[in-house]
Amino acid sequence: MQRIGVFVCHCGSNIAATVDVKKVVEIVKNEPGVVHAEDYQYMCSEAGQALIAKAIAEKNLTGIVVCSCSPRMHEATFRKAAERAGLNPYMVEIANIREHCSWIHKNIEEATEKAVILARAAIAKVNLNAPLKAGESRVTKRALVIGGGIAGIQTALDIADAGYEVDIVEKTPSIGGRMSQLDKTFPTLDCSACILTPKMVEAAAHEKITIYTYSEVEKVSGFVGDFTVDIRKKARSVDMDKCTGCGVCQEKCPSKKTPSEFNRGLGNRSAIYTPFAQAIPNVPVIDRDACLKFKTGKCGVCAKVCQAGAIDYEQKDEIVTEKYGAIVVATGFDTIKLDNYDEYAYNQSKDVITSLELERVMNAAGPTKGHLERLSDGKHPKEIVFIQCVGSRCSDDRGKPYCSKICCMYTAKHAMLIRDKYPDVNVTVFYIDVRTPGKNFDEFYRRAVEDYGVNYIKGQVGKVAPQPDGSLLVQGVDLLDNKQILKKADMVVLATAIEPDPSVRKIATMLTASIDTNNFLTESHAKLRPVESPTAGVFLSGVCQGPKDIPETVAQAGAAAVKAIGLLAKDKLLTNPCTAKPDELLCNGCSACANVCPYGAITYEVKLINDHGIREERRVAQVNNALCQGCGACTVTCPSGAMDLQGFSNRQIIAEVDAICR
Amino acid sequence: MQELINRAKELLADGTVARVLGWKKGDMSYNPEVAYFNNAEELEGFVYNGFCAANLSKYLIEASKLEGKTLVFLKPCDSYSFNQLLKEHRIDRDKTYVIGVGCKGKITVEKIRDLGIKGIESVEIDENCENITVKTLYGDKTVAYADAMLERCHVCKGKEHVVSDEVIGESRDTVDAERFAEVERIEAMSPAEKFAFFKAELSKCIRCNACRNVCPACSCRKCVFDSTKFDSAQKANVDSFEEKMFHIIRAFHVAGRCTDCGECSRVCPQGIPLHLFNRKFIKDINKFYGEFKAGEDAETKGPLTNFTFDDVEPCDAVKGGN
Amino acid sequence: MPMNEEFKPKIVAFCCNWCSYAGADLAGSSRLAYPADVKIIRVPCSCRVNPMFILRAFEKGADGVIICGCHPGDCHYSTGNYYARRRMAMLFSMLEYIGIENGRTRVEWVSAAEGVKFSTTMNDFVAKIKSLGENVRLGDIRCKN
Repeated sequence: MQRIGVFVCHCGSNIAATVDVKKVVEIVKNEPGVVHAEDYQYMCSEAGQALIAKAIAEKNLTGIVVCSCSPRMHEATFRKAAERAGLNPYMVEIANIREHCSWIHKNIEEATEKAVILARAAIAKVNLNAPLKAGESRVTKRALVIGGGIAGIQTALDIADAGYEVDIVEKTPSIGGRMSQLDKTFPTLDCSACILTPKMVEAAAHEKITIYTYSEVEKVSGFVGDFTVDIRKKARSVDMDKCTGCGVCQEKCPSKKTPSEFNRGLGNRSAIYTPFAQAIPNVPVIDRDACLKFKTGKCGVCAKVCQAGAIDYEQKDEIVTEKYGAIVVATGFDTIKLDNYDEYAYNQSKDVITSLELERVMNAAGPTKGHLERLSDGKHPKEIVFIQCVGSRCSDDRGKPYCSKICCMYTAKHAMLIRDKYPDVNVTVFYIDVRTPGKNFDEFYRRAVEDYGVNYIKGQVGKVAPQPDGSLLVQGVDLLDNKQILKKADMVVLATAIEPDPSVRKIATMLTASIDTNNFLTESHAKLRPVESPTAGVFLSGVCQGPKDIPETVAQAGAAAVKAIGLLAKDKLLTNPCTAKPDELLCNGCSACANVCPYGAITYEVKLINDHGIREERRVAQVNNALCQGCGACTVTCPSGAMDLQGFSNRQIIAEVDAICR
Repeated sequence: MQELINRAKELLADGTVARVLGWKKGDMSYNPEVAYFNNAEELEGFVYNGFCAANLSKYLIEASKLEGKTLVFLKPCDSYSFNQLLKEHRIDRDKTYVIGVGCKGKITVEKIRDLGIKGIESVEIDENCENITVKTLYGDKTVAYADAMLERCHVCKGKEHVVSDEVIGESRDTVDAERFAEVERIEAMSPAEKFAFFKAELSKCIRCNACRNVCPACSCRKCVFDSTKFDSAQKANVDSFEEKMFHIIRAFHVAGRCTDCGECSRVCPQGIPLHLFNRKFIKDINKFYGEFKAGEDAETKGPLTNFTFDDVEPCDAVKGGN
Repeated sequence: MPMNEEFKPKIVAFCCNWCSYAGADLAGSSRLAYPADVKIIRVPCSCRVNPMFILRAFEKGADGVIICGCHPGDCHYSTGNYYARRRMAMLFSMLEYIGIENGRTRVEWVSAAEGVKFSTTMNDFVAKIKSLGENVRLGDIRCKN
């Protein structure tokens, strides 16, 4: 029989206001196995933990139940406290009487009754707990960063500077990401390329960093500290070692009609191309869908003009398999598709563009060489209307429910830059709210309004109608003046909502990292562990976790790097001891468990078994504790109940069921 | 029958097999027993007729542990159970020699009694398995063979042996009923009617474990109901859990592994139609996860140790998966 | 039960540690109320839920049992919820077949971010169980005294 101590936490008034903690203590004293019960203001505090240690020593406790907040919050705290007091940490169970009880119930009687039942279930479980010992697993001292934008680059640089090997996998032909497409950055108006390019160069030159561009993560197996990843290096058709980056092939390539991804389709590129001038690596790729050589077999111009002999039409995709201790996801974002927003005439008029497209238009290396002009006729616009929150803060399923966070600031930036360079252009911004929290952000917005005369109208646009004369009729409302507005514009710019890059879904599935309803990766704790995925060893960097601007992205990238470094700095990791354990006497050897194990942790061995005097050779299941992650799939598929899960055994769970249904 | 005996003698004589697993005459003409035959002399007692319904495949779990090969006679439906046990590594194929035997449907004295025939002394089956002559205290009665056939034979899986080393004898197509008709009839009932039906049937259960013991899928070394792993093994008067849930859990444990051999219903002394549980699972599996015949081969993953990304959701499954 | 006393159902919710238990935590920290009748048992994964546990709960007097796990495709263990989905589809269909009202069993996929869904699911489930009333059938399928 266990000697169990029960510790009921008030959590200040978080629990005590709704649960009669004294009553819980009195009732659980009568539960089987309980030899001690007490309550305290804050069990997680040092004083609270000291109470637990004292009771363990004085009452010779063999197991404890803490009735407190979620085990996801403080199970580890109390396990460590128990361990320091000489108790096996797995003899601790938590009854979650805060998140699952006091915070959601108002009636004290009801909440107290439920708290008692939850405590009883935990007591019933502890009665069947057994001490468990954590195993050890190794840490591969190498990190993988998925995504080569500013988030991925910063994370990689920080990890590499700490002395660890880092690989960046980027699916496009160059690192740089979205930031490389931007013209200027708010609120300082630095040139984006000027501050990004040195980082790209630094990453490329870093001896600890290996960059795989035009590559994708194909398969992930293993677990924290010991991931094995297959990276598909797509065939570039250009030998990276031979190419000098002279660019002649791109000039001579006869196929020049492919919309440029980098310029958001606003200009064309050749079939053999580098996305932009500062691309890293400065080695082009052949787009085989556009290349005449691949399509028709004729051409081969690039191979003829290449002095270095770098063109290789026979190149094949290559799979690189590498081991990593930590993985950082930095897959970034894209703007949403505007197919659901016909009212803005995005698909009907070339002069309705997204803000990201405007970045390219304003950029000296962009499709208009940096001249502000209408894409339909090349004319200089006189009236430009910006529409905010296109697809953001959307209550129906056409767009996204969240605020994309960056649009208010970049629209102020665009408006200001246009007014600065072209004082003859009138700029009007339709907005729902202007959100400018951030250092020097509101000042920046006010400058746009006060110093640059940008016309901000609080109200939404109902329709953008292309007119026969080529202009755009913008129909909106001014909510402050409560009047309808009809405005003729030459260009309309849509502050389009951002969403996680679509590639993240597949990556999240491979990593078994959870994702929210908007496809943003979920953090382990929204406030306390914002750069860690709930999946151990996976960290989050940049917009894949939620909308953020460049400085926030860089800050988070550094934070993710620190978490990864913290992991890589360890030589060994303690493994979860709650693994599957077969009872060899009951095992039929049927292989059902091995069939459902996602980790290949179960093998079979023919062993001499002594079953109550019957000695015979039997085929029995064996579990590799380093591989088993403790999901329990095997335990349910096992018909005889030979396979059980330590820490969540059949008898323990049934005891909880019985306690709840008592 | 003589052909089977002669072939068994040959295989024993040339050392191919060490023993023969088959049926021998019982104390009545209608209840042959499962038996091992170790030599030619013993084989004189071998019988194979319409009453030899017992599925011998499960016996091979133990036989696999013996020295030398065991010759076993399997009817077409038994061969599915054999394959399933091979898949689960319970039988050593190298320790068995399988002779597939022809089957014209199997009969049971219970069915004859159900026809209102009393005082049965012996039963004779004609050569072509068309008619049965029942000798009773009240004179001879003739019964059509099909009328005495087991339920499972009316919905027979087929005449082919899915595994065998050789086949002796012809089989006959005996199907004259819809396999899932009974399940569908129950499915169409109201919840209250369904409950009343199963309550009435299951309340007859005396927990003799005959169904569990005969079932080739229910072959655990130790049943969960006999172990302490689930706190489910207390005696009935201590904990009624196993009493109440035994049949549902048993059916679940064999779901995806049950070959629908019908032995459970055949051996139940209380006449509970236990196959209705298993067949419901089979019907659901076929409907939700595609046609699956447990034991059709010894390699394919079972439906409950497999999945697809777009499987039916449980809430839709209870609505019929539509 | 006296006529004037409100029916308080016993409801067991099995929640996977990674998604649904965290979703329940989020419902709690967001103060999204649901009836106290729901008691949560934490399991590592929905695939840890043995049909025996569910039947045991019913036999011991539970009026409803709900299993919550990560959304298909998001299982922390990659594939656990896919197995759970098949097992529960089979079990629930069987329970329905023997005359147990199918509203007493449910599987819901609730992510760690879906505190609202957790709360609405539980409110809805409790309402359903209240409409079905006390569970008598599964407690005595064999009708032995």
